[in-house]
Amino acid sequence: MSDDRKVKIVLAGNPNVGKSTIFNCLTGMHQHTGNWAGKTVANAEGIWKTKDDVKVHLIDAPGCYSLEASSPEEEVARDRICDSGSQGVIVVCDGTCLERNLILALQILKHRQDVIICINLMDQVRRKGLEIDIEKLEKLLGVPVITTESSKKEEIREKLGKAVLDLLSEGDKNKAASKPSSEGYDSKLLDTPEVFAARAQSVVEQVVFAPEEKEDITLKIDRALTNPLVGFPIMALMVLIIFWITVQGANYPSDILSKWLFKLEQPLYDGVAALGASKEFCEMIAFGMYRVLAWVVSVMLPPMAIFFPLFTLLEDWGFLPRVAFNLDRCFKCCKACGKQALTMCMGLGCNASAVVGCRIIDSERERLLAMLTNSLVPCNGRFPIMIAVITMFFAAESSWKGAAILTAAILVGVAATFGATKMLSETLLKGTPSSFTLELPAYRKPEIGKVVVRSIFDRTLFVLGRAVAVAAPAGIVIWLLANINAGDASLISKIAETLEPLGAFMGLDGVILTAFILGIPANEIVLPIAMMIYMSQGTLAEVSDLSFFSELLCANGWNGLTAVNVIIFSLMHWPCATTLLSIKKESGSWKWAAVAFAVPLVMGVAICSLTAAMYRFFL
Amino acid sequence: MRALNELNIGEEATVANMRCKSRRLRDLGLVEGTKVKCVLRSPLGDPAAYKIRGAVVAIRREDASQITVEGACHE
Repeated sequence: MSDDRKVKIVLAGNPNVGKSTIFNCLTGMHQHTGNWAGKTVANAEGIWKTKDDVKVHLIDAPGCYSLEASSPEEEVARDRICDSGSQGVIVVCDGTCLERNLILALQILKHRQDVIICINLMDQVRRKGLEIDIEKLEKLLGVPVITTESSKKEEIREKLGKAVLDLLSEGDKNKAASKPSSEGYDSKLLDTPEVFAARAQSVVEQVVFAPEEKEDITLKIDRALTNPLVGFPIMALMVLIIFWITVQGANYPSDILSKWLFKLEQPLYDGVAALGASKEFCEMIAFGMYRVLAWVVSVMLPPMAIFFPLFTLLEDWGFLPRVAFNLDRCFKCCKACGKQALTMCMGLGCNASAVVGCRIIDSERERLLAMLTNSLVPCNGRFPIMIAVITMFFAAESSWKGAAILTAAILVGVAATFGATKMLSETLLKGTPSSFTLELPAYRKPEIGKVVVRSIFDRTLFVLGRAVAVAAPAGIVIWLLANINAGDASLISKIAETLEPLGAFMGLDGVILTAFILGIPANEIVLPIAMMIYMSQGTLAEVSDLSFFSELLCANGWNGLTAVNVIIFSLMHWPCATTLLSIKKESGSWKWAAVAFAVPLVMGVAICSLTAAMYRFFL
Repeated sequence: MRALNELNIGEEATVANMRCKSRRLRDLGLVEGTKVKCVLRSPLGDPAAYKIRGAVVAIRREDASQITVEGACHE
């Protein structure tokens, strides 16, 4: 075997069998995993250096149930698996439901023989008391079979490294005999699903020994979570607890961080001045760009660093498919797909990545519904606005109360999602719901250390990085708007003045609308902008404590109505620029990005105007 | 003979006839002759989750009603 040749191995399997974990373990990359079908939405390719110094290009195909593709995702998977340019396929199987997993494996074996079967999740197999006769399975399938479990990384690398080495030397022999590895996908090679299912069943009957089935823990938990009486309250309570921990835990580190970051401002000013820059330029950099940056970091980082690990824990454990199971009926009423519940939950973290996540929905119409309505659940960029307003106006004394109001706001967002989905499916996106299947995987014990590290690095720092990239230029633009005067006032206050009548009609004011408009790049900067205009300063106000902020807002005419409407408007205005770009990219058209912009905006304006009218009428 | 969606929780039966057009269900190994057991029902009554070849899969009523099963028995 020569080393200059490009070795390409494909990693295939059903969804949610631990493929990504194995991929990460072999390549050292950090692809995100979660306990639900369809987590790996994009193709990933990584370099895996085996112990014997073979450089393998490892390709992670999206999970699929069959080679007969019924979605674009599965088409990609099929083409990767049957690619004649690859030297082998590792088929990862969930050992706890081998029968179902073998259907795909048998289909792949019809196309090529250079296959390694990797039976994963062996720890769960043992826990269930199952026994698998590996030798017999190898004999029946005619290819090597290895067993792995996610927590034993070294073992995964060792076993798969050896298996791949054997496979490659076998492949070289075949090459000498000019036997091709795979000739691409051929539907004629596939028997009916019935034939494959029967074959899988007969194999499993010969190799898997199951004890008398006992009630497993997953089923017990599921009985509680799907109970007609307590199912929904339990789920709401879990959300509440997560928010309480986030609100409660974020305050203190936020203060420390902001004090620390703002201390660096003057040295930065002096530093730039020392380079000989003009006074205006120094101010723009230090009080414009840097101050916005420091604000965004100190307001966003602590809640995200708390929220994301908690959310990832739930996700890894297997909670999200249960949410989809419970809510599916509502989505069906809206003629949408129950998996939209999964993308909706992802939206709580970041709408832009949730829009990409909508690829898990097979039907194009239902996928568009999910993408267009995703921004109706608040993302992490909007939580700071909502948390600050709730804390100042409604729950100064108790973080439980704050968490409860925040949970209520999320529920309003969920209700709005249903409303908008229903509306769209009766107008722009008419159609009948396609059939829906959703796997409810067994609960898995999350690996706590991994969850924390991954959610901090992959999610928190990713979202923060994006916000910082936006905040820095936005800081300069805002500074310019606030410092260039048109007549007697700055440009920014002129804009606010112009918008005042519209704002007042909606129970907001011109400043708030201006702040939301300037916040299009990232919602995190909405509050700081509003505050800057209120103080009619040329720079963002340096405030770390909310009581001063709340006095300032009241002095500028904020009342209970303003607070409520700001919360509503942050739930429903327009998606941030990144989300709009993602929608354009995923749907292939600016038209849908425009719809995604208009839908929440119309809803937000309508509801805010209504509450304002009611307020004026009754009070 | 009953439709799949008429199974009560805990009942197990064998698929007799698949009139459901969905390819996906067949890919999941739900074909004629497959044993299915109803294990959960959503709090809103629909969908229900069935144990199919070792995996638990949620299926909506519309799809399940297109599948007839026989020999239902409570374990």
